[in-house]
Amino acid sequence: MRRKNLLLSGWGRFPSAKSDAFRPEKLSEIAACLRDGDGSILARGAGRSYGDQALNSAGAVVLTERLDRFLSLETEGSTSTLTVEAGISLSAIQRLLIPRGLMLPVSPGTGFATVGGAIANDIHGKNHDADGSFGAHVAWIDLLTASGDVRRLTPDETPRDFWATVGGAGLTGIILAAALRLLKIPSNAVALREERMPDLAAFLNGLRAARAAARFSVGWIDALASGDRIGRGILETADLSAEGVAITPRKAKAIPLNLPTFCLSRSSVTLFNAAYYHRIPRAGRQSLRAIEDFLYPLDALAHWNRLYGKLGFSQFQAVLPDDAAETGLRALLNAVGQGGTASFLAVLKTLGAEGSGLLSFPQPGFTLALDLPRRAETEALLARLEAITLDHGGRIYLAKDSALSAAGFARMYPRLAEFQAIAAEMDPVGRFASDQSRRLNLRGA
Amino acid sequence: MADRTWLILGASSPIARAFARLVAGQGARLVLAGRDTDDLNRSAADLRLRGATAVVVESFDAEDSASLDALAASLPRHASPGGLDVFLAFGLMPEQKAMEADPALAARCLTATFLGAAHLLLAIAPMLEAGRAGRVIVLGSVAGDRGRFSNYVYGSAKAGLAAFCSGLRARLYRSGVTLTFAKPGFLDTGMTWGLPGIFYAESPERAATTLLRAALKGKEVLYVPGFWALIMLIIRSVPEKIFKKLSI
Ligand SMILES: Cc1cc2nc3c(=O)[nH]c(=O)nc-3n(C[C@H](O)[C@H](O)[C@H](O)COP(=O)(O)OP(=O)(O)OC[C@H]3O[C@@H](n4cnc5c(N)ncnc54)[C@H](O)[C@@H]3O)c2cc1C
Ligand SMILES: NC(=O)c1ccc[n+]([C@@H]2O[C@H](COP(=O)([O-])OP(=O)(O)OC[C@H]3O[C@@H](n4cnc5c(N)ncnc54)[C@H](OP(=O)(O)O)[C@@H]3O)[C@@H](O)[C@H]2O)c1
Repeated sequence: MRRKNLLLSGWGRFPSAKSDAFRPEKLSEIAACLRDGDGSILARGAGRSYGDQALNSAGAVVLTERLDRFLSLETEGSTSTLTVEAGISLSAIQRLLIPRGLMLPVSPGTGFATVGGAIANDIHGKNHDADGSFGAHVAWIDLLTASGDVRRLTPDETPRDFWATVGGAGLTGIILAAALRLLKIPSNAVALREERMPDLAAFLNGLRAARAAARFSVGWIDALASGDRIGRGILETADLSAEGVAITPRKAKAIPLNLPTFCLSRSSVTLFNAAYYHRIPRAGRQSLRAIEDFLYPLDALAHWNRLYGKLGFSQFQAVLPDDAAETGLRALLNAVGQGGTASFLAVLKTLGAEGSGLLSFPQPGFTLALDLPRRAETEALLARLEAITLDHGGRIYLAKDSALSAAGFARMYPRLAEFQAIAAEMDPVGRFASDQSRRLNLRGA
Repeated sequence: MADRTWLILGASSPIARAFARLVAGQGARLVLAGRDTDDLNRSAADLRLRGATAVVVESFDAEDSASLDALAASLPRHASPGGLDVFLAFGLMPEQKAMEADPALAARCLTATFLGAAHLLLAIAPMLEAGRAGRVIVLGSVAGDRGRFSNYVYGSAKAGLAAFCSGLRARLYRSGVTLTFAKPGFLDTGMTWGLPGIFYAESPERAATTLLRAALKGKEVLYVPGFWALIMLIIRSVPEKIFKKLSI
């Protein structure tokens, strides 16, 4: 198999690194990538993780973009199951399903992510309290393992290997295909409520109430508001709607090139964030919204990561347990505010019960995600955010990370040793690795 | 499209797959033919979900002439009321150096790319003539425009295919069937991935859209993407005296 040397980065465009890339066109070619690659190897989906998780500069990556087929859609009793190749994007799946009255039960904020990436990060949506994370809806996974064998993993028959692969950051093998259980939907829309939240305490109360009251909820915070207004923002709650909406195909807009950094000055972002807040009337508003527009609001703007200029940005996402959330979030927001770099809207959500993935991110509590444009002081700020997260018993999300310390990670993920033991059984020679796994010793020291 | 059947030859190629998806989305019936039937069965499932009215899989190997006749003989079973359209994408491009060292490999290239294609097209032609309305798309290559130092074996196979298709076009014209001969420059597929000197490779999706549009208009010959017309004009106009010294 021929390879191509590519300069790759995650969605944050920092860090970037050259690496050899295979791009199999069909299933029978993937095994050849494993045979022909001499060093370590890693599957790469759409590259929508932000940091160095989908990079393998010391070896090769296998691009899964051409393995994007639907394999079957079956209904048995009241459950429908979709089988797909791992490189297909979530939005391609939704476009097939939604007109048929079905959807993926769990989606991240971008539909560009692939099924392989969604499993490898056990991603969560705006409905984690109600529906859990992605892995909870996977019936089986076909995994190409280091020996070259393809194994079918299921939660009942091979729970150890299955739950090491769900959330396993690509380190147990290459996911070739998966069967996904689907959610029935009454229409193509959600009934959406949007409300202003004047400060952090109000926001947390609003989200807490939404846990039981609404299937979906998400908060957009103005991370530049300070003083009394810290944590102010817009709370969106939504439920599947019986009534649908007419779909007008979205016009794709794109950021054509890297914006110069002055566009991101503190004052322009402050203006943007304030406008976003005041857009919603004081009394709130209700509307019907197409499911895809609600789930993937940023996908309408292609290459929006260029907003942050050529230096790129780091994204930070942590979850803090309920009882530590208010003080912890305040500390995180203060640190970001003092950091001086401008962050566009930050996202605040609740997470429900922990799933079974050994390295899965979700645990009960509140999760905050925000963008930090890369500047000289970004490293120090990220270290500070890691310390605050640890102090409050929280954890940081691997999909977003490019800066954690190995020691910090180990404290956040108590099941790391268990993961390492299973990964070592599945891949004794350590073929599967990433820049992130080396930085964080995910495969063991 | 629902009453017409597209026969896709070499259906495991990325460009063929993109083309099949495009017409499946418009409700076409499809026959996927190729060597890797496991892959074709996976594609068949995909195309059904993407809107194809019906999809069947047939196997053939362009280097095995009996399999070509068997494929042609199977087609009446799958033909739909509206008749048959053909998309021919198979071809084999081993490295030139390897073929120079191993003439048998060169013969395989010529067989898979030219002889097999000509054999199959001749076997199908009567069905097309009887249908009196079909569209035929054949993938040639810019490599067939002139035999070059670095790629003349494969280039000669595509040149042969071009001459063959020009004559077949005239024959089919008499029955109202069009033949579109496409000459891609670089397509973004496994054939070009990681090769040095690839400056712009057209995505299979874009190429497929261009090809379908050209075929529906009955266009005879086109370069994909179009700017290759200019590059090839220059390459064709270099005198042999100079051309023989170039290593392109
Ligand atoms: C705008 C935006 C919003 C987001 N919102 C959310 C959100 O709400 N919730 C959330 O949980 N995440 C969210 N994310 C993160 C994103 O969902 C994850 O990073 C996801 O894993 C990206 O999928 P990908 O296909 O791009 O994977 P990549 O970034 O390419 O890879 C990520 C990891 O998955 C592994 N991987 C990919 N494919 C395979 C495979 N076939 N086999 C084995 N391993 C594989 C890689 O090795 C790597 O470790 C968001 C990202 C963006 C850009
Ligand atoms: N990529 C380019 O830049 C480029 C440029 C100009 C022209 N083209 C032409 O475009 C067409 C498609 O090429 P591609 O880029 O998609 O490359 P590709 O992936 O190599 O496709 C070649 C196709 O031909 C099939 N094939 C090879 N030998 C065969 C045989 N003996 N019998 C039956 N099928 C055989 C292959 O089937 P298997 O899967 O079974 O191997 C595959 O489907 C080819 O005709 C090629 O010459 C390509």
